[in-house]
Amino acid sequence: MTTTVLDKNSQKTIFGFWIYIMTDCVLFASLFATFMILRNNTNSGPDSAELFSLPFVLTETLILLTSSFTCGLAMLAAHKGDKKRVGAWLAITLLLGLAFLSMELYEFGNLVAEGHDWQASAFLSAFFTLVGTHGLHITAGLIWIMLLIWRILRTGISNVNLRRLTMLSLFWHFLDIVWIFIFTIVYMIGAL
Amino acid sequence: MNLSAKLPEIKELFPLDDLLLTMATLTMIFGVITIAGALFYFKRWTWLWKEWLTTTDPKKIGVMYIIVAVLMLIRGFADAIMMRIQQAISVGDSEGIVSSDTFQQVFTAHGTIMIFFVAMGLMFGLINLVVPLQIGARDVAFPVLNSASFWLFVAGALLINLALAIGGEFAATGWLAYPPLSETQYSPGVGVDYWIWSIQIAGIGSLLSGINFLVTILKMRAPGMSLMKMPVFCWSVVGSMSLVIFAFPVLTATLAMLALDRTMGMHFFTADGGGNPMMYINLIWAWGHPEVYILILPAFGIFSEIVATFSRKKLFGYKSMVWAILAITVLSYLVWLHHFFTMGAGANVNAFFGIMTMIIAVPTGVKVFNWLFTMYRGRIRFTSPMYWFFGFVTTFTIGGVTGVMMAVPAIDFQVHNSLFLVAHFHNMIIGGVVFGYFAGLTYWFPKIFGFTLNEKLGKYAAWCWIIGFLVAFIPLYILGIMGATRRLDHYDPSMGWQGLFIVAGLGACIIGLGVMLQVLQFVVSFRDKRNNLDKTGDPWDGRTLEWSTKSPAPFYNFAVIPKVTRRDEFWEMKRDGTADKNPAYKDIHMPKNTGVGIYLAGFAFIFGFSTIWHVYWATALSTLGIIATLIIRSMNDDTEYTIPAKELEKLDTGKANV
Repeated sequence: MTTTVLDKNSQKTIFGFWIYIMTDCVLFASLFATFMILRNNTNSGPDSAELFSLPFVLTETLILLTSSFTCGLAMLAAHKGDKKRVGAWLAITLLLGLAFLSMELYEFGNLVAEGHDWQASAFLSAFFTLVGTHGLHITAGLIWIMLLIWRILRTGISNVNLRRLTMLSLFWHFLDIVWIFIFTIVYMIGAL
Repeated sequence: MNLSAKLPEIKELFPLDDLLLTMATLTMIFGVITIAGALFYFKRWTWLWKEWLTTTDPKKIGVMYIIVAVLMLIRGFADAIMMRIQQAISVGDSEGIVSSDTFQQVFTAHGTIMIFFVAMGLMFGLINLVVPLQIGARDVAFPVLNSASFWLFVAGALLINLALAIGGEFAATGWLAYPPLSETQYSPGVGVDYWIWSIQIAGIGSLLSGINFLVTILKMRAPGMSLMKMPVFCWSVVGSMSLVIFAFPVLTATLAMLALDRTMGMHFFTADGGGNPMMYINLIWAWGHPEVYILILPAFGIFSEIVATFSRKKLFGYKSMVWAILAITVLSYLVWLHHFFTMGAGANVNAFFGIMTMIIAVPTGVKVFNWLFTMYRGRIRFTSPMYWFFGFVTTFTIGGVTGVMMAVPAIDFQVHNSLFLVAHFHNMIIGGVVFGYFAGLTYWFPKIFGFTLNEKLGKYAAWCWIIGFLVAFIPLYILGIMGATRRLDHYDPSMGWQGLFIVAGLGACIIGLGVMLQVLQFVVSFRDKRNNLDKTGDPWDGRTLEWSTKSPAPFYNFAVIPKVTRRDEFWEMKRDGTADKNPAYKDIHMPKNTGVGIYLAGFAFIFGFSTIWHVYWATALSTLGIIATLIIRSMNDDTEYTIPAKELEKLDTGKANV
């Protein structure tokens, strides 16, 4: 991807990034559809009502939502040109993201330890893949946030960095929205 | 003497399956060594690396796409010939030339290679060559991403060719690898894994290209070129790339799930553990049907340009053409279930998808009539692109009619999985897609290379393809109605099919003659290029912007970006003499060449290869490699260079080829 200071170019890149997010949306849609089809194929194992703890997932959800909020604050600070505050808000976003990811890994670890791994049933294959794909995206986002903090502290809020921050926050909010769907479709409907 | 009866004896002496495998492998190794040796001998490695492999120029990337696609075409065509020979002689006591297991690998390879590496390669090649020139741009939106897309395509092509050399087997599952057959339980070898990862990697390349070209067309058109003033080819690319953007993520997800089943022991599509194979079939066709239109829409666009140019008339019904493209784009998502009417979705669901399938014939019919009306009272020049068009419009209409027949679920129940279906989709893909891309190649060739192709040989080749196509595939329609199923490696003489199969084989030979004539056409045209030089930049009396710059198009495409006020801008400029005579040169910015695309694709290749062979430390390392390459690239802010106005003027007024 080209990096120039031309504003028109930045718009073009951000537009391209929107389209990328759309493709990612379709990717998640395929995984959601598959999950919906397979969610009752538990292979005589436990179903979602038995496996998941709603309060735990609600905590995860609130952490991720807060991280989206702090990411938005970083964006506001960037438009004000406050480099240090951008770094601080991004660092908080990073920590919240890490907390979310650790909770998810903890949940996965528990399930596997109890013998409910991805090989146990089609339902669990679909669960681990859908939630795991979201987790992978979060991981990519965390690496990106770390790089961006470093870049912004080093080179300031240049046009390029502002563009990157805009794309990062699009990405982060998108992952938030996907998580809302996961929370609703995987955990809440599953608990009914 | 009956040769086919003798074959089993010969086969005992020389196991032909192994022989074919060895020959194919040796040919590939020999080819690679020859090319590498020649490059060392002529000391052209640096040149190749600097000028071609690391290029960000879409024209060069387009040429490389087409070279890879043509090589893969020859391989896919060899598979086709093997199938035709097998079905012509494997009757009764004769076993034909290959075992049934090998035959399954052959038809899988044929389908996979022809769709993913020939048709897609030719399509992206042509789009790269033409789209920036047609919209009056110097480049695509994301030049480095474009290079990465191409190299991912190459990485996929390499992997699929390695399946025979390292691994010794191709997938034997059919080109879409339906589970549960494609699951580890029934296909334990590496063939399916090669299939998954080569397509996955090439498919991600296609997806990125889709994003790239949609942004290019929507954001980088010359000033004044509103969407409704755009050449129809660009419109068709908008349709096609929108389909790529919505369809290819489904393919990515589906292949990933199949790969997870095979490598992690998951149960998405397995026969046990609660898996649902029908889900795969739904998902793969939710990608697969749009894929058909991804391929055909640009062919429609190419013919729209060609018919208008060679009839010396503006395209009839431009707006209806655009709306037809958009209608097809939307409708192509609503028909996927017609690929499996017989799989028990129920009468009402079948009726819905049957009707949607029939409706899609309406916008397609609109386009056919638009082309015919464009020719009506035009001054038609019978050049070789027009030969391809006539071949297209007749064969494609036959294919369209048989398609509507199969859209009726009741008829589909009779001909499902028969050779009737095989004849139908070859009718659309050869008669539509392939003829379209060949026409486009002939038409735009001078713009890229600076000389026109030999017309006479081009016409002979077109005749061979058209006649050969009809001789090869009309018998398959009849055979299908007679009850011959597809993917048949042996049958009883009492079926009375052999005569028609032999005719079909002859047809394939006529097509083979056409392929040879095309190769000859390139050789002869290159030899005689001094006589065929395109000095004006406008060899066909063209209508759109690409013909307003010189041939071969300079690396910056246009010294001065043209201003557009109407459709067919260049044609109108020529008519009222308003072509810019004294251009005002300005500094221009061009992207630097970079090896990032190759590095990324190289790591992706290692990723795929090591996953196929379960060497997970290499998978992890290549993932790190990809991340590191991306990070290092993002650190590099020095990605463009400037050509000052004075130098540009020198380049523009001096010799064409720099």
